[in-house]
Amino acid sequence: MNTKANILIVDDELIVRESLLHWFLEDNYNVDTAEDGEIALKKFEKGKYDLILLDMKMPGISGLDLLTKLKEFDQNVIIILITAFASVPSAIRALKDGAYDYITKPIDPDELSHVVENALEQQSLKKENEQLKGSIEEIIKPDNLIGESPQMKKIFSLIQTVAPTDTTAMIRGESGTGKELVAKAIHINSKRKYFPIITVNCGALAESLLESELFGHEKGAFTGAHYKRKGKFEMANGGTIFLDEIGSISPKMQVELLRVIESKTFSRIGGNEIITSDFRVIAATNENLEDSVREGKFREDLYYRLNVFTLFIPPLRERLDDIPVLASHFLSKFTNQMNKKIKSISPEAMEFLMQYTWPGNVRELENAIERAIVVCKAECVTVEDLPFHINNNSSFFGSDDMSLAAMEKRHIALVLSNHNWNISRSAEALGIDRVTLYNKISRYGLQRKS
Amino acid sequence: MQKIYLVPVNFSNVTLLNRIVHALKEQFPNRIHLSDIDLDITKAFSAERNQYFSTKLIADAIPMTDGLDGKVILLVEFDLYVPVFTFVFGEAQLNGKLSIVSVCRLHEEFYNGSTDDELLFDRALKEILHELGHNYGLHHCRDWECVMHSSSIIEQVDIKGSFYCPKCIQGVPGLANILMHRTK
Repeated sequence: MNTKANILIVDDELIVRESLLHWFLEDNYNVDTAEDGEIALKKFEKGKYDLILLDMKMPGISGLDLLTKLKEFDQNVIIILITAFASVPSAIRALKDGAYDYITKPIDPDELSHVVENALEQQSLKKENEQLKGSIEEIIKPDNLIGESPQMKKIFSLIQTVAPTDTTAMIRGESGTGKELVAKAIHINSKRKYFPIITVNCGALAESLLESELFGHEKGAFTGAHYKRKGKFEMANGGTIFLDEIGSISPKMQVELLRVIESKTFSRIGGNEIITSDFRVIAATNENLEDSVREGKFREDLYYRLNVFTLFIPPLRERLDDIPVLASHFLSKFTNQMNKKIKSISPEAMEFLMQYTWPGNVRELENAIERAIVVCKAECVTVEDLPFHINNNSSFFGSDDMSLAAMEKRHIALVLSNHNWNISRSAEALGIDRVTLYNKISRYGLQRKS
Repeated sequence: MQKIYLVPVNFSNVTLLNRIVHALKEQFPNRIHLSDIDLDITKAFSAERNQYFSTKLIADAIPMTDGLDGKVILLVEFDLYVPVFTFVFGEAQLNGKLSIVSVCRLHEEFYNGSTDDELLFDRALKEILHELGHNYGLHHCRDWECVMHSSSIIEQVDIKGSFYCPKCIQGVPGLANILMHRTK
């Protein structure tokens, strides 16, 4: 009751206004009064009121007319009607016009307290709900979709452009670049965000399984179909279906897929019922679909159907600016998950991360940092905590030197690392004697990192 | 320290009155005084409602209490109302001089026919302290342990505490020191 809500009391009777004014002042509300509809409207236009107590019968503008005008002005204002017992039917009608509730004169003080407190609490929850919804809408990216490079900024901009439309999107990029995260970002920025995004990894399933996965099946449709099962298209109703590795689907499935995407109707396997589902399609591939089309492996009509709006996610090696940001993000993520006190990545370790070519892209970086957090014993991730192939050979991965000598140097360094620089075991593994190994270490300038 | 006048109006329950005065004197040592005014209550009577209009009674009492230098609490046994409400337990001038408390609906007989003098006394004391708190400018308090918690029904009077909470007590002159002395 210490709420500083603003209340306006509109009643032509002075004694009613004063009694209610006094009542609400004791509850520490900000209270104002108006003796008729004209004054109430003027006050309402100037001030911001959370709740209005409105007498239904007043000279001039009636309570009901005033209700309509006030609601036109501010849809969210709470209006509680005060009515004589005889006017209850009118008050009930007024509820349909947006009044929150009505109370009959003389008012039971307890009822008044309840109605007003409930109304204000409901309004407060409504506002909180709107704020929360607003904050959800501000989140345009899933957690791991991070990047400050110009390339990623362009991707974020494209996501915002395509998301609000219902256009089919095609996401291209190497494995591990975050195609699924981009698909999720498109989904959560679209009007479909309150419905699910259903992911189907088309490359992971055999043709028959994929068909059942996508369209569902009826009980007894095939051996093992003990129950009726909804397919992914049905589950994506209202939301988005994300078809990952679309380039790997069979010609038969390509035909089916094209038909479903165009008609948004299908039947479960073994069923006759035509099911309609409203979904948006986002597809992804790391293959060169144009080549597949030329080679006749991928249908041209499906290609054009899917390739309406394309987003190319650059590999991590082409956006080095993102590596420190991503590494810090993963550091924070895994230290929290593992409850470790690791605060940073050493400059040397970061240098190694920057030099490495990341063939597995962001996924590989994430795994490397996770591994480093597991083995790290100090407050700072060092070079030694990084996976061996990164910390021992980084200088080669960034290099274009593909000579036999460079390959030999890299291989020897790798074997030495694997055997913790035990010369005998390394020599044995390499199939050379210890003297030869010493000579090669010396020739290539290999050094054990402290 | 400012005086507090308890003014019974047509009040017949002397035992209750004495207990209230005694209890208030413990809370407000040397500040409680009994007084008498010649208030014509008939002008505030509503035959239709069989109740007395509390705001009018307070208004009529103002000129009669000019000579009383302090807070004035009218204590009555009849039922009170303000026109917009079905009834009120009492009414106070917020940050003002006068308040009125009715014990009519504080009687247990009003609800179930049985008499409970102890309960009546507790309730009356709570409502007097509550209206007095308004006279000192206190608003309703969210703390159910505080006597300044709003009470629109008798159950709420019974549930709420019998004295001011540590925050509200700061608004009632003299009480904080008294509490400190008591704790010592």
